[in-house]
Amino acid sequence: MNQIPENNTKKEYKNVLVCGEVTDKKISAMTSELLCTARELSDNLGESLHLTLIGREIDEAAEQAIALGADTVHLALGDPYEESLPEFYVKVFAEVCTRLKPRIVLFGQTDMGRDIAPRLAGRLNVPVCLDCVKLDIDPESRSILQTKPVYGGNAIAVWKAVYPGSQIVAMRPRVASPAEPNGARQGEILPLTEDVDESEIRGELLNTVKEKSKGIRLEDAKTVVAGGGGIGGKEGFQLIEQLAQLLRGAVGTSHVPCDEGWMPKNLEIGQTGHMVSPDVYIAVGISGAPQHLAGCSGAKCIVAINKDPEAHIFKESDLGLVGDYREALPTLIEKLRSILSP
Amino acid sequence: MNIIVCMKKIPDPEIPPAKFKLDVETKRVHPPEGIPPVINPYDEHAVELALRLKEKNGGKITALTVDEEASPAIVKHALSMGADEGYVLADAAFSGSDSFSTAYILAQVIKKIGDIDLVLCGRQAADWDNGLVGSLLAENLDWPLVTMAESIETSDKGIEVRRMLLDGCQDFSVPLPAVVTVSSEVGKPRLPSGWGIISASRKEVPVWGVTDIDADPARIGKGAARLELLKLFVPPRERHCEIVEGETTAEAGKKLAEKLLKTGLI
Repeated sequence: MNQIPENNTKKEYKNVLVCGEVTDKKISAMTSELLCTARELSDNLGESLHLTLIGREIDEAAEQAIALGADTVHLALGDPYEESLPEFYVKVFAEVCTRLKPRIVLFGQTDMGRDIAPRLAGRLNVPVCLDCVKLDIDPESRSILQTKPVYGGNAIAVWKAVYPGSQIVAMRPRVASPAEPNGARQGEILPLTEDVDESEIRGELLNTVKEKSKGIRLEDAKTVVAGGGGIGGKEGFQLIEQLAQLLRGAVGTSHVPCDEGWMPKNLEIGQTGHMVSPDVYIAVGISGAPQHLAGCSGAKCIVAINKDPEAHIFKESDLGLVGDYREALPTLIEKLRSILSP
Repeated sequence: MNIIVCMKKIPDPEIPPAKFKLDVETKRVHPPEGIPPVINPYDEHAVELALRLKEKNGGKITALTVDEEASPAIVKHALSMGADEGYVLADAAFSGSDSFSTAYILAQVIKKIGDIDLVLCGRQAADWDNGLVGSLLAENLDWPLVTMAESIETSDKGIEVRRMLLDGCQDFSVPLPAVVTVSSEVGKPRLPSGWGIISASRKEVPVWGVTDIDADPARIGKGAARLELLKLFVPPRERHCEIVEGETTAEAGKKLAEKLLKTGLI
């Protein structure tokens, strides 16, 4: 790896490939966003949009992908990502990339994308950039300009690939809209016929545990009420839960309550957790580190409640209350309840 | 079990955003004044996990870092936590290396040291947040890889690794040698002990350059980078906060409820 193979430089790399995911036999929300981004790129480049899906009983998802903008869908038979060895996914995507020679390969910044995109880049010996929030085409070189938050969101970097071959990119969730379905769109569905040599795959998956979230999923919630280190302990989250329940929303946290063991890890919002864009995001006792804000900056309205008037969260919010949440939340909840459910 | 931990020195990521400064012209981040650089927090978790494995299974822990300034500080930090030895990879030719080149440099060192069972890396570095080096290193060595580990246990077949998912976890069994990237779910890294600090201060930390690790100059440094940084800037602030006030906090809570309802969003 690392050296430009001799014939690599001469080959023509074109078209856009999305490495997609299926949830409950449907195109995942993330993949739908990727198809929206990829369709726009393909149209601007005058090239076609390919999608690779791995799964079982995914024919319907493939049809759906064509309505969402894919020109060609490549189907590979295999277990869902969470129940498979990652190496199997690398091998399937590497096979498709070697054959298609795509200009751009798009992943979502999901468990799968974070894990597989870097391995695939190493395998194919091509550039890779994770956690991108925007992609543009350089009009001169037609190479892809990748915009990505760095330093935990304190800065934004724009990168350009200066190396031949496919450019692999993982896109952050919720930075693009989901693709609009159009049932009249035509496309082709191709099963992948080449078998992956599984004998070469080292290791074994022993077990997968998926935690079912209580109530509404964070990503689907119109309102998210999140607590941070300022909550001070597990007990304080009762008020957070009350408020979330009243607003039919979901409960989230910053990293401190997870690290301290007050709340389960699967509720963490931020750069290394869930990315949400609800209508209303209520941040209670959260100082507002950029790493946390990365997970909620897509919210229409951010409300901050914090004792510290200097907390950074107030610089990134629309509505703020300076004070102890133990005093503010009970009256906030009471007032909202009297109006919403008298 | 012989373990290598790969570490990176970064500007303290816990500084308040107001102290974060960069130069748009040179596209460089200014180190915050008066705040020393730190070991990347995820790498510190990797050191902690290595120490737990050593406590159970014995063996040796070697800390590595690629650092332009040839500073032994973060290797010494790992030594003071309990690592056995360490090396700094420093050479003018390494300057501007991207994740591919860094992985190549580390792979060369790991091959030179030899007899390694396990390589641990932090899941990503909190400066450029790329999250690539560990995975590229595994590809480079052609060793199996598990990313985002929370814990590691030894087994007859090698190691069993628990990997974090956004909503759950997975358990993998992989043969050794292997590469594992480590997440913060490992738990708090231990503080260096007094004796650890004294013994670390007495240890030599050799500095190795291009010739020591037999690196191909075409694969390292700025010239080998696959991505060119076009722009670096601080994102513009898009929100303006209206502070809701009241005679008491309880009163302000009520007013906030009214304001919230007025947005029409709930």
